[in-house]
Amino acid sequence: MPNTTITEPEVTLELAIDHGLNEEEFNKIQEYLGRMPTFTELGVYSVMWSEHCSYKNSILEIKKLPNEGPQMLVGAGEENAGLVDIGDGFGCVFKVESHNHPSAIEPYEGAATGVGGIHRDIFTMGARPIASLNSLRFGKLDEPRVRFLLDGVVRGIADYGNSFGVPVVGGEIYFDENYEGNPLVNAMSVGIVKEGETVSAIAEGPGNPVLIVGSSTGRDGIHGATFASEEISEESEEKRPSVQVGDPFTEKLLLEASLEAIKNGGIVGMQDMGAAGISCSSSEMSAKGKCGMKLDLDKVPTREEGMTAYEMLLSESQERMLIVAEKGREQELIDIYEKWDLNAVVIGEVTDGENVTYEHHGKVMADIPADSLVLGGGAPVYERETSRPTYLDETRNFDISTLDHSNDHNDILSRLIGSPNIASKRWVHEQYDTMVRTNTVNAPGASDSGVVRIKGTNKGLAVKTDCNGRYVYLNPRRGGQIAVAEAARNVVCSGAKPMAITNCLNFGNPYKPEVYWTFKEALAGISEACRTFNTPVTGGNVSFYNENPKNAVFPTPVIGMLGLIEDMENHVMTPGFKKQGDTIFYVGADRKGLGGSEYLNTIHNKTTGDTPFIDLEFEARLQEALLNSIHSGKVNAVHDISDGGLAITLAEMGIFSGLGADISIQPLGDDANEVLYSEAQSGVVVTCAAEAEDALKSHFAEANIPCQKLGSVKADQLVIDNAVSLGISDLSKRYESVIPNAMQA
Amino acid sequence: MSVKTFGVLVFPGSNCDHDAYHAMAHVMNAETKFIWHKDTDLSDVDFLIVPGGFSYGDYLRSGAIARFSPVMQEVTQFAMQGKPVLGICNGFQILLEAGLLPGAMLHNKQLRYVCKQVYLRCETTNSLFTSNLSAGQVLQIPVAHGEGNYFTDPDRLKELQDNDQIVFRYCNAAGELTEEANFNGSVDNIAGICNKQRNVLGMMPHPERAMEKALGSDDGKLIFESILNQFATA
Repeated sequence: MPNTTITEPEVTLELAIDHGLNEEEFNKIQEYLGRMPTFTELGVYSVMWSEHCSYKNSILEIKKLPNEGPQMLVGAGEENAGLVDIGDGFGCVFKVESHNHPSAIEPYEGAATGVGGIHRDIFTMGARPIASLNSLRFGKLDEPRVRFLLDGVVRGIADYGNSFGVPVVGGEIYFDENYEGNPLVNAMSVGIVKEGETVSAIAEGPGNPVLIVGSSTGRDGIHGATFASEEISEESEEKRPSVQVGDPFTEKLLLEASLEAIKNGGIVGMQDMGAAGISCSSSEMSAKGKCGMKLDLDKVPTREEGMTAYEMLLSESQERMLIVAEKGREQELIDIYEKWDLNAVVIGEVTDGENVTYEHHGKVMADIPADSLVLGGGAPVYERETSRPTYLDETRNFDISTLDHSNDHNDILSRLIGSPNIASKRWVHEQYDTMVRTNTVNAPGASDSGVVRIKGTNKGLAVKTDCNGRYVYLNPRRGGQIAVAEAARNVVCSGAKPMAITNCLNFGNPYKPEVYWTFKEALAGISEACRTFNTPVTGGNVSFYNENPKNAVFPTPVIGMLGLIEDMENHVMTPGFKKQGDTIFYVGADRKGLGGSEYLNTIHNKTTGDTPFIDLEFEARLQEALLNSIHSGKVNAVHDISDGGLAITLAEMGIFSGLGADISIQPLGDDANEVLYSEAQSGVVVTCAAEAEDALKSHFAEANIPCQKLGSVKADQLVIDNAVSLGISDLSKRYESVIPNAMQA
Repeated sequence: MSVKTFGVLVFPGSNCDHDAYHAMAHVMNAETKFIWHKDTDLSDVDFLIVPGGFSYGDYLRSGAIARFSPVMQEVTQFAMQGKPVLGICNGFQILLEAGLLPGAMLHNKQLRYVCKQVYLRCETTNSLFTSNLSAGQVLQIPVAHGEGNYFTDPDRLKELQDNDQIVFRYCNAAGELTEEANFNGSVDNIAGICNKQRNVLGMMPHPERAMEKALGSDDGKLIFESILNQFATA
């Protein structure tokens, strides 16, 4: 082969810097090895120590998040994803991950491989993915580039997920100019596994064979992890080859074959190959098992000829796994993968030592202590400088009362319903298969969270992603608290008890002190909320360097919430009005404060003020009382108040059902703008049959939660005092047409 | 009456195989088994379901590769013997590619995948799949496909019409065959057709997803009840 004669470049500090390492890190590598690294070794260190793989700038903060609770079977960080006990002998594995940078330059493949990667994280543990969600942020929809990105991302998610055969059951999309140039594409997968059938990502037992299974290895995605760990710039377009290419068909085969293999037995450990491919999976499994591994790269099935060791170790070709098998049982596994027309090749074995050793053409190309590469081992850990952003003084001191607040509420409400942030996302979710596997009880659209049943039990899961980046921008700590609180409230509104969260922490460049201050504050807020709601963090992902040429995008720590429904027959709740004559209540805290609201943004073109107030203890009591009321069968509809405020909540309950309402907001205060559009936390709208009115009132009175009757469900008009009078069908038309119209432009 | 066994084919990339199995085995309580695409023995099944999904990734063209799977020769034999075959979504596409049903699928007119609840009108009760329905009956059944825009030339279409081979058409809730209801652009609002011998049905909508009220509709049961009923009286 002619290419084998290519000599490797000489390793120098300059080359290390080109690889994204700094001088201190380059010295550390030489210390670990006791010599100068080879070119291949430098490549391996550079990806393993990239932000994406090493979490070097975030791990100290992440470790402060609460990760324990009686519901946890496997804690955060122990495996690819945490495992939550949901009873009946089942565990739930779930995780959210970002694919922001690939999606910014190649939206279709970026989003598709994001979906593929997160599902692999779930089934490599032995769990079958049963639901997925995605949390997306884009610039303003009137920008052609944004429409191109939205179209590509949605097609990417659709084509991958639909073919793979897992329903999308929820998610959210926001549009704000702040995300221009650096969209956020976060994908979440939820899987279930029978207790005792999980697989660990560990290498153990010297002499045990190591297999690579799934797709063959190509040159795609080399340095993807490094690319994810720097800011997007004009040169980013040149990194398009760093974006991997997805093949959902192969992933589907890999899923079925892997679950069959796990059932068969003979597997010691298994890890999927995502970022940093073979390097990452082999070193992490070895470090975890405190052993070594010797791999012969000549045996790796490749897509193209002449690949170097460097390329093979850094390739991020998708749909691959590394398996450590029990010695003597490898053929059973090979047979199963071959049945599914997949590669399964023994490429080496577990060794006694502590090094991962990679040979190519009979020559050792890299020989590295596994522990020196990995998070929790020798990978660098940094505490970054912080500084409170100066913009906060301006936003906090902004006096919202100085704005000219119109009292034409028909106009305001119509404009809010027409904001792409509030309008129906049907255009998006109809492109996703939301029903495959026949478990979807609450699909995207008219639901506060996605609900899937678990066949063979009376249980179900309610899942939701949430984060309002404006809130985190205006008050990072409170914004972090609210992200958790809202996600929890959403699953409660569907009838579920919040169990645990996963998070995807999207922030700017951590070397900017203001970004890092925001990061620390937001995480502190998440911690406080998780402790209050008893929802430990089971795992997640950090995505730094989300910046466009103007600034960092809104700090956006997306929360993926898992809720458990014990009685699918009687406890599932939906937000649409149910019956004319039903009584409508507002339940919760005062409707005060317009800071950070969709109203300020849509009507006044401002993102300012302070994030709405939240009292976590009150929120927890509200959620408990609300859940009890749903379980008691007293309520007919429940809808959370969030973006757009009370007015939008009422309008949506009408749109979802085709029914109207006759409402008076007098009991809630005198300032109609504030009562109608405040995004104050800890508030929900609840309906019940007129006969149940007193019972419901006393239920909330006993829990010491304010509950005000606002009116009742009517035929087809939304009437609010003499402020609003709109036909539900007109509202509905506007709600449904905004995004389709924009995408046709 | 002897116990009838339903077989659900499994191609690499099938992803509605378990849904069809669940519908038959757990909702309809019928004897049901999976048939791996490399198997070539269909002697112990009485009814075949070719399920939805993305067989072979639907690369090249939906169903175009699956038709070359080893089991397809047996499926053709099975159908030629007059035994019943139901192709759902990708299964319908495969039956078209295999020549067991006439016509072809184009991309949906909006060039996007569409997943939603739609209405179908039963156009004929003269098939074992619809014997329990009444002509003109409206069913709510979901669709989930990117290539479901049924096409055939005018002569063949006339043949389908004359032979009463159009089993389901897309309609609105009131049963009217509007253009809006025909969301994917199929010729003559066609959602499902059968062969001349009336033992092979292909349909794009997913009756196996409409088996339980909790999931939005149980109208799909009417089709499977027809099948089981026909078997019972056979």
